[in-house]
Amino acid sequence: MSAVIDPHHAGHGLTDHHHGPAKGLMRWVLTTNHKDIGTMYLWFSFAMFLLGGSMAMVIRAELFQPGLQIVQPEFFNQMTTMHGLIMVFGAVMPAFVGLANWMVPMMIGAPDMALPRMNNFSFWLLPASFGLLVSTLFMEGGGPNFGWTFYAPLSTTYAPESVTFFIFAIHLLGISSIMGAINVVATILNLRAPGMTLMKMPLFVWTWLITGFLLIAVMPVLAGCVTMMLMDIHFGTSFFSAAGGGDPVLFQHVFWFFGHPEVYIMILPAFGAVSSIIPAFARKPLFGYTSMVYATASIAFLSFIVWAHHMFTVGIPLTGELFFMYATMLIAVPTGVKVFNWASTMWQGSMTFETPMLFSVAFVILFTIGGFSGLMLAIAPADFQYHDTYFVVAHFHYVLVPGAIFGIFASAYYWLPKWTGHMYDETLGKLHFWMSFVGMNLAFFPMHFVGLAGMPRRIPDYNMMFANFNMVSSIGAFMFGATQLLFLFIVIKCIRGGTPAAAKPWDGAEGLEWTVPSPAPYHTFSTPPDMATLEAHRTDPRHD
Amino acid sequence: MSIHEEYYVPAQSKWPIIATLGLLVSVYGVATWFNDLKAERADSSGPLIFFVGGLLLAYMLFGWFGNVIKESRSGLYSPQMDRSFRWGMSWFIFSEVMFFAAFFGVLFYIRYWSGPWLGGEGAKGIANMLWPSFEYSWPMLNTPDPKLYPAPSGTISPWGLPLINTILLVTSSFTLTFAHHALRKNHRKPLTLWLALTVLLGAAFLVLQVEEYIHAYTELGLTLGSGIYGATFFMLTGFHGAHVTFGAIMLTVMLIRIMRGHFSNEQHFGFEAAAWYWHFVDVVWIGLFVFVYVI
Repeated sequence: MSAVIDPHHAGHGLTDHHHGPAKGLMRWVLTTNHKDIGTMYLWFSFAMFLLGGSMAMVIRAELFQPGLQIVQPEFFNQMTTMHGLIMVFGAVMPAFVGLANWMVPMMIGAPDMALPRMNNFSFWLLPASFGLLVSTLFMEGGGPNFGWTFYAPLSTTYAPESVTFFIFAIHLLGISSIMGAINVVATILNLRAPGMTLMKMPLFVWTWLITGFLLIAVMPVLAGCVTMMLMDIHFGTSFFSAAGGGDPVLFQHVFWFFGHPEVYIMILPAFGAVSSIIPAFARKPLFGYTSMVYATASIAFLSFIVWAHHMFTVGIPLTGELFFMYATMLIAVPTGVKVFNWASTMWQGSMTFETPMLFSVAFVILFTIGGFSGLMLAIAPADFQYHDTYFVVAHFHYVLVPGAIFGIFASAYYWLPKWTGHMYDETLGKLHFWMSFVGMNLAFFPMHFVGLAGMPRRIPDYNMMFANFNMVSSIGAFMFGATQLLFLFIVIKCIRGGTPAAAKPWDGAEGLEWTVPSPAPYHTFSTPPDMATLEAHRTDPRHD
Repeated sequence: MSIHEEYYVPAQSKWPIIATLGLLVSVYGVATWFNDLKAERADSSGPLIFFVGGLLLAYMLFGWFGNVIKESRSGLYSPQMDRSFRWGMSWFIFSEVMFFAAFFGVLFYIRYWSGPWLGGEGAKGIANMLWPSFEYSWPMLNTPDPKLYPAPSGTISPWGLPLINTILLVTSSFTLTFAHHALRKNHRKPLTLWLALTVLLGAAFLVLQVEEYIHAYTELGLTLGSGIYGATFFMLTGFHGAHVTFGAIMLTVMLIRIMRGHFSNEQHFGFEAAAWYWHFVDVVWIGLFVFVYVI
């Protein structure tokens, strides 16, 4: 198959028809094509979303009523742990890497990712890693039961034997993430079409460049963290044991030094996608492009100096409490810039509300709610009340579900015509949106109330006074969960057929990906597009 | 724009999936092995599984790098491709910097915050109530609970083996640079000699490091289990030693390739990547020497 891409095959975005995909299963195992690998990432992510989601269903079923009904507390702990790990590392992160694989080369006019074989390696490490992680559930003593944050000494001295496998699973997915991020960053820095300067890149590319940097900076710290656990468990070191002069709180510092940038890793690419989608359906250029770029960079910088706001109640010095409180509140400034920019983009636009736009508008509103509850949690003295309650659960589910996951849904609907060559079913798409919207608000909004009233997280039983709100939460969660099967149906239906999609199915959309046919040919931009010609075609006078 | 004319997109490759299988089998073997050791189960299948995984990985490394070398030598790589490799290697080294930063961070945190707190000083000195007789000092020659973590009787003086090791590594960075200059001028003989000398210096460093570990374990009682001083000491120097080993292997491969006539005075990124890595390992050692041994 393909060797050197033929430079004489001129015309931007035209395909080399004789360089089609290989046949059969081995196409997917051996592929070096960014579109194949992107597809695999997205399907893998969706499979993990359903697996992690079914664990959430177990949790919500147990919490439907007070008392213990369905599962034992030990198993409940394994479910909360694995739900978190699978959703963070298996569903959200791979979905964004999948989107980056598909879209970044097409958005910058590159023939493929910078390092295509390593790209395949990054993907296949994920099924290996999650196979190992999920297999721990069936091991003697059960799977990880110490929460997705795996605080020592619960995860060291008191952990089940399977923790060793958990540690190596984290190592594998760390290697995968680092290689994936290096690939995206190298692609963006080196493979842009001539004329595509940094400040002309679509925001999805910008946010991914910054996300990639965050990944390369913090995944090694997570690796160091689990390595110290491994040493404490098997080789007698005392990093997290005060009896040997170490400190269990040290674990939390190292973990959250990784963990806080990690939460931005899960949201920045969604910011980027929404920044493409809202202008497309408001039929107006994005308001404040430059400020969006600087806001993203500021958020990334601040993410390195706020980690101890996860640890206000653990006993850190007063100076630390104050520093981390104020630094955390600062993040509201660049985030506010973004929210106002999205709102200003919609202002006086000729808006239509196709499914990607519905998810994007919901993203802006609901993510902002999650941001505000984050601001409440940032107030150190108030956090003493909120810490480890369902208020925290409500907060991070508001930034992750209508934040990260709605961002992914919006991207999927926005680019599905480009991927499959067909329009998805708009009616079903809107149904998916409204069911998800109602379901997730029913599930997570009451958690604010029970959290403020003191219901602790990660406990399978609760006080009678929380019963009604928990029942509402569970009904909402079941509704949200079931709705995702509808999404699966919509995607399969779209792949199998439907109205053929034009090269640019959304009339307000901008970007190089819409200059290639739908479905995008197996190889795009074998020769880089000419940005000058493309820009001359732009008619909108308001666009600089 | 001529630099964009050709970008090499490799054909399908079996190496990534073999690498994945190799890693998966290896870590499964290691985890089984470690668990069996801890539970004192005899006849662990772990070492054998680990060995099989290691074989797969070795096969993959030879095959994958062999593939890349072949492609490079048949002129498939454009200057733009070369830049992709450079970005890739640079970011990889940055990730390694952050990996070491985590362990340095641990050392600083223990020494400036949690250690003194355990000894009763500072904002959280109340921690001393756990072991009221514990007094903090660094190097930590007494641990809070000596029954669990017996303290070492002494520590390694920086002005013996560590100083020699510092000199060895710094010298090796110079000899490597001389080799690079020779390569740029296409002086193959001095190139081979300087590079061989670099590898030898690296190997000498490793021998002395092993010597130091034996001394620590047998004479000083300074072990992984001797409290946080031993833990940070062996974690930092051990991971550094592992990186010196990888670096020396890379340089050895470069030496073999040079003896076979690979690389030109203009195109030799494989050599440069190994050199970057070696200099990085050298810089980490300077940090180690100052913060682990001297201060």
